[in-house]
Amino acid sequence: MDPGRLLHTGSQAPQSLAAHLDNPAPDDSPRAVSRTSEKDPVKTFSEACLMVRKPALELLHYLKNTNFAHPAVRYVLYGEKGTGKTLSLCHVIHFCAKQDWLILHVPDAHLWVKSCRGLLPSTYNKQRLDQPAEASIWLKNFKTTNERFLSQIKVQEKYVWNKRESTEKGSPLGEVVEQGITRVKNATDAVGVVLRELKGQSSLGGFRLLVAVDGVNALWGKTTLKREDKSLVAPEELALVHNLRKMVKNDWHGGTIVLTLSQTGSLFKPRKAYLPQELLGKEGFDALDPFIPILVSNYSPKEFESCIQYYLENSWLQHEKAHTEEGKKELLFLSNANPGQLERLCAHL
Amino acid sequence: MRAGCARSRVPEEPARGAALGQGRKGGLKNHMEVVPRLRQRQNSTAAVGERDQEASFGKRPILLWLLRTRGYYELATPGGGAGHAPRGGSHTQSATSRPAPRGTPPPPSLHPRDPPSPTGACAAVRPRPFTLQPWSPAAKMAAPSVFWGAAVSYRLFLGGRVSLALRQGVWKAAAAELQRAIAYLFPSGLFEKQARPIMKHPEQIFPKQRAIQWGEDGRPFHFLFYTGKQSYYSLMHEAYGKLLDVEKRQNQLQAKGLFSEKTKTKDLIGSRWLIKEELEEMLVEKLSDQDYAQFIRLLERLLTVECSAEEEEFVQRFRRSVTVQSRKQLIEPLQYDGQGMAFSTSEGKRKSAKAEAIVYEHGSGRIKVNGIDYLLYFPVTQDREQLMFPFHFLDRLGKHDVTCTVSGGGRSSQAGAIRLAMAKALCSFVTEEEVEWMRQAGLLTADPRVRERKKPGQEGARRKFTWKKR
Repeated sequence: MDPGRLLHTGSQAPQSLAAHLDNPAPDDSPRAVSRTSEKDPVKTFSEACLMVRKPALELLHYLKNTNFAHPAVRYVLYGEKGTGKTLSLCHVIHFCAKQDWLILHVPDAHLWVKSCRGLLPSTYNKQRLDQPAEASIWLKNFKTTNERFLSQIKVQEKYVWNKRESTEKGSPLGEVVEQGITRVKNATDAVGVVLRELKGQSSLGGFRLLVAVDGVNALWGKTTLKREDKSLVAPEELALVHNLRKMVKNDWHGGTIVLTLSQTGSLFKPRKAYLPQELLGKEGFDALDPFIPILVSNYSPKEFESCIQYYLENSWLQHEKAHTEEGKKELLFLSNANPGQLERLCAHL
Repeated sequence: MRAGCARSRVPEEPARGAALGQGRKGGLKNHMEVVPRLRQRQNSTAAVGERDQEASFGKRPILLWLLRTRGYYELATPGGGAGHAPRGGSHTQSATSRPAPRGTPPPPSLHPRDPPSPTGACAAVRPRPFTLQPWSPAAKMAAPSVFWGAAVSYRLFLGGRVSLALRQGVWKAAAAELQRAIAYLFPSGLFEKQARPIMKHPEQIFPKQRAIQWGEDGRPFHFLFYTGKQSYYSLMHEAYGKLLDVEKRQNQLQAKGLFSEKTKTKDLIGSRWLIKEELEEMLVEKLSDQDYAQFIRLLERLLTVECSAEEEEFVQRFRRSVTVQSRKQLIEPLQYDGQGMAFSTSEGKRKSAKAEAIVYEHGSGRIKVNGIDYLLYFPVTQDREQLMFPFHFLDRLGKHDVTCTVSGGGRSSQAGAIRLAMAKALCSFVTEEEVEWMRQAGLLTADPRVRERKKPGQEGARRKFTWKKR
């Protein structure tokens, strides 16, 4: 893919991942490429790298062996805070991007359920609410990620936006996306249209669809949004959430769904919760059932070593003791091989 | 009964004024039974008794005074006091043999201060140990004397004049119990030997003063008197003189070629220089800080050069020994669990948090707090650094596994409590020297800081209310 393409990954992991991996590592040497990306790594390290770890490799293995005639399989990445779920997701996305799949990536579903300004009653369905700002952002991203497909995929129905504008049947999907970007009021509906089209057409086999959602537990939790009359909004009343839920259901085939749970942005969930049961709640669990859970855990000793090596190579660790064995042991103890903690510790050194 | 007690006792009549039980050597107890006597004692016994009494009370002026003023009391014990160890002599009082009490008019006849009874019963004032006796009149040991005040009250209680004959009989029974009651209810250490005031040595009380420094003719004795600090300067002079001697000796040796470069290192550990206050006290003179510093510098210079025994002795006069601070740290014994893995347990406290840690000998550095991984229990780096401290200090970072339970306090005090518990538990895996290092590093000391109380009139423990000018 073009090296300039960026995948935005949301507020919790604000790293930009450039499609720039040197070699996708083969399965039997999982630590060959040992890089981690930082906050805005493109600026700090003038490159963005990703550590290849077991969970991601496992996922890739499954992906390679999927049978696309079956309904889409759901994979859920779960684990403690800071263990690397989001980055594993990024790795998978990158892989699929290289394999030329169509990527539907929601960087952080939590953004859609909290602190939104400008909720409008939906034009399509009176009971639901629109989120024009978020929808338009997402559409822009979608456009940049999947340029190639926008002209390829043809819309299969006619969509009337308002009195003057409509999209004819057979026009490329790019038009819908343009419509959503330019007419912000219709952005949410545009998103809905895109999702519906993609779902329908992926079964035909023209392309493979990857649905990647980070923080999927937001779809079934609570929101902090309120209407004008100060009444709480339930997630299903948001059009974006509603459409995304439909997307995540495995009633289509020709692709996969990879999801990540995240406690960091979640609302009203205890800090120590990390299991799917706890974070998704009963409703979400039932909706996602069946799925394949993949646990992402802390670094193994080798991974830890390679992480430290990377930092040292890039002169990220300036402390004189960081090179020594004792220093590494200290870091190991303090972070307990948790990638997130390690990153924060090393940021100070 | 007792040596020196001349008694003419009627056996069937327990001594009306029977001798008191002997007390311990020394303290007179203030439980002296006072029974008025009818007749005068026989002079001989009285004299003997009185002499003994005076002798025994010679060192106790207050008691002597008491006896003299209340002297007509017959101090008696019912029951004969056979169970008492004889101690010293007994005495008798007799009004006749004693000089008249100072200032007190001779009492009326049936006043408690009656002239002593003529019976030969020996009344002895006997110093008596105070013991809580069982309430049984038959107890031989229990024959405490009633204090004179009690006798007075008793007399008042009885009311009126009671014939002595009657009194003797009635009193014996009732008096014993009353005495015991009073002795029990009002214990007093007034006459206890161990409660005597102890006086300091006069040297400690009166500061050292200087004698007059000049003679009759006004000429000072010391040649350095006019410097103002004669002892200090003379000491400096002496020390410098010694230094010069030593150097001269070394020069002579060098001239002869026998000079050896070796300098024997004196063992200065375990002793310290005199502090300024001590030096001032020694010289009985005020010094300034610079003077003191100069003197110490001179002494140290004297130490650096090789000096003979007398110079050493001179310097040692100004050194005081310092007790070695070796606290014995209690080392927990090792225990062995089912698989044969050694572990050790101990506790720690900080503010209001209590922790108990079990440190296993071999492990990979995993720590579980209340069943939760320490990374999740202590999300703050500072707390984890506290946990790291004991291991990092001993260089055993990834070598032990720890399981701990903690309760109370906040996050920081819980971390501190666990740290203390872990350090103590680690003592059993580590050499004595390292234990001493840990102690000096402060790992084995419980932090005594607790929250300071809020005082009234202030907003907090230290913060005062905002001061308003008007």
